[in-house]
Amino acid sequence: MQNGNDAHAALELAAGNGLLHRRALLAGGAGIAAALTGYVLREPAQAAPLGVEPWMREPTGIGLEPYGAPSRYESAVVRGGHNETAGNPSPGTGSVRTPLHLLNGTITPNGLHHVRLHSGVPDIDPDRHRLLIHGLVERPLVYTLDALGKYPMESHLYFLECTGNSIELYAKEPLKAGVERLHGQISCAEWTGVRVATLLEEAGVKAEARWILAEGADAAGLARSIPLTKIADDALIALYQNGERLRPSNGYPMRLLLPGYQGTANIKYLRRLKLIKTPAQTRDETARYAIPGPDGITTEFYLQFDAKSVITQPAPELALRGPGLYKISGLAWSGRGRGIIKKVEISADAGRSWAEAMITSPVMPKALVRFEMLWRWGGQPVVLQSRATDETGYTQWTRDQMLAARGPAGNYMTNCIISWAVNEKGELSNVYA
Amino acid sequence: MSMLERPEGRTLAHRRLLVAAALIAACGTSLAQERPRFGQPATAEEILPWDITAEPDGDGLPAGSGTVRQGAAVYAAQCRSCHGENGTGGPAARLAGVQGTIGAKTARVRTIGTFWPYATTVFNYVFTAMPFQNTKSLTHDETYAVTAYLLYLNGIIGQDEVMDAVTLPKVKMPNRDYFVMHVTE
Repeated sequence: MQNGNDAHAALELAAGNGLLHRRALLAGGAGIAAALTGYVLREPAQAAPLGVEPWMREPTGIGLEPYGAPSRYESAVVRGGHNETAGNPSPGTGSVRTPLHLLNGTITPNGLHHVRLHSGVPDIDPDRHRLLIHGLVERPLVYTLDALGKYPMESHLYFLECTGNSIELYAKEPLKAGVERLHGQISCAEWTGVRVATLLEEAGVKAEARWILAEGADAAGLARSIPLTKIADDALIALYQNGERLRPSNGYPMRLLLPGYQGTANIKYLRRLKLIKTPAQTRDETARYAIPGPDGITTEFYLQFDAKSVITQPAPELALRGPGLYKISGLAWSGRGRGIIKKVEISADAGRSWAEAMITSPVMPKALVRFEMLWRWGGQPVVLQSRATDETGYTQWTRDQMLAARGPAGNYMTNCIISWAVNEKGELSNVYA
Repeated sequence: MSMLERPEGRTLAHRRLLVAAALIAACGTSLAQERPRFGQPATAEEILPWDITAEPDGDGLPAGSGTVRQGAAVYAAQCRSCHGENGTGGPAARLAGVQGTIGAKTARVRTIGTFWPYATTVFNYVFTAMPFQNTKSLTHDETYAVTAYLLYLNGIIGQDEVMDAVTLPKVKMPNRDYFVMHVTE
């Protein structure tokens, strides 16, 4: 955006309030790294002099566990919402959210994947679980988990976002909360499983079938109607999550995985696929998870997420430690088209000027993408924002645009630009800008 | 026998289905016998207890029936502790009331009367997901009855009406015309 021939690219400003050109990340090297200021999550211990620590001498250490756990020094890296059960009128419903501010890269560890529950986590015996395919098929078929394991499988990195993620941005006043509470219902994993189309071919789909009803084995029997075109495109019956069996809260032993679609449609504990002519109009595609409009009309089956991004560091959970050089980091994703992120821009002046961030992860279809940018904060109040553009040319809209399009009953599929205000003390907060 | 046979592909959706079918057929033509086929045939008797989704046209609704009066008794025993008197109290979701606030523009409280566009959905949801602590425990008659009672509480049917596989799909919900379908292409 500015003078590309500047020999001092490392210090080149790219947008207002101290955003540095993305070349700075490459060209700055060790000098930049040394100058970077960290965020404050907890007060760090006094820097120790170089010494011979106990762990440098003792070969036994802490030993090995059958299933490895994070270092005990990482005990704060847990999901939010796990302790919000008191007073819940419907025990077993609720959510836990990914601590986005404490993670890096793009893969969500299985124990930190977000969860939205409608009726608890069923304790499913995998040997007794069955998947039934019926309705408008030539041959109704039933599968065991063992049988599904014999089919060719595929592995893909896909994001999974709750339909209600970021829903608080519809509130009149900005909720005082951090990135985990507001936006932590987005995660990304490598999902491995069998293409639904493979099984449909075996069952033989009748010509009049247009939709497929997917239903879970949970107590609520959560069920959604999915267009058959989506099933033919890329729907998976996911059996593995980051290489291991799905976690119970994420659908063990199998779930429907609909890349780029609202999370609620990715039916967990999948027990039934019924081929039908028209949507079944289940409660969770009518009274819930349909998108209200400004004219009083509610749109059903608005299933695909458009582009979105969020700055995860800094965040309200991570304050700045005084003026200095900082690294902004965040995540972007899109379910639109092929779901490929083309660029992410950052603004430090509430959207008046933008600079392109560096994409620092592989760019995979319908998967999370990591971006970073260097930023010199002078100590003044600023508003940080990010906006993603995908390969269809779609760019995230503003909150005002989203509210105008969705109307006073606006709800769900929140993908507007997210704003963090930084005050003079370096504290961040959720704001509308 | 191909996955998705159609007489004519008229829309983009059709064409995509045909492409998908062709792809699957092409992959498998010469190796048809060697493809894995591990699904076990499911009989109608096996499918019946699992096939509990009624569609808006009534397809899938089981035999049985229930009246508003019977539904009031079922409601008192199974639903009232969470949803309160007349579906307007208790800690769980409000089920009735706030009539006149139909549609997404004004329906800030999503009751059955203000926001549910299809009557068959009530039957489905009650039968599958309620009562919350012991789902799938109501009989078909009980489910028709409590569905009738909920529709009555919302001022949609009269107190003498009977709900069954014929009458329920004919009930027009107040919010029906405020729902449209979007399919992403």
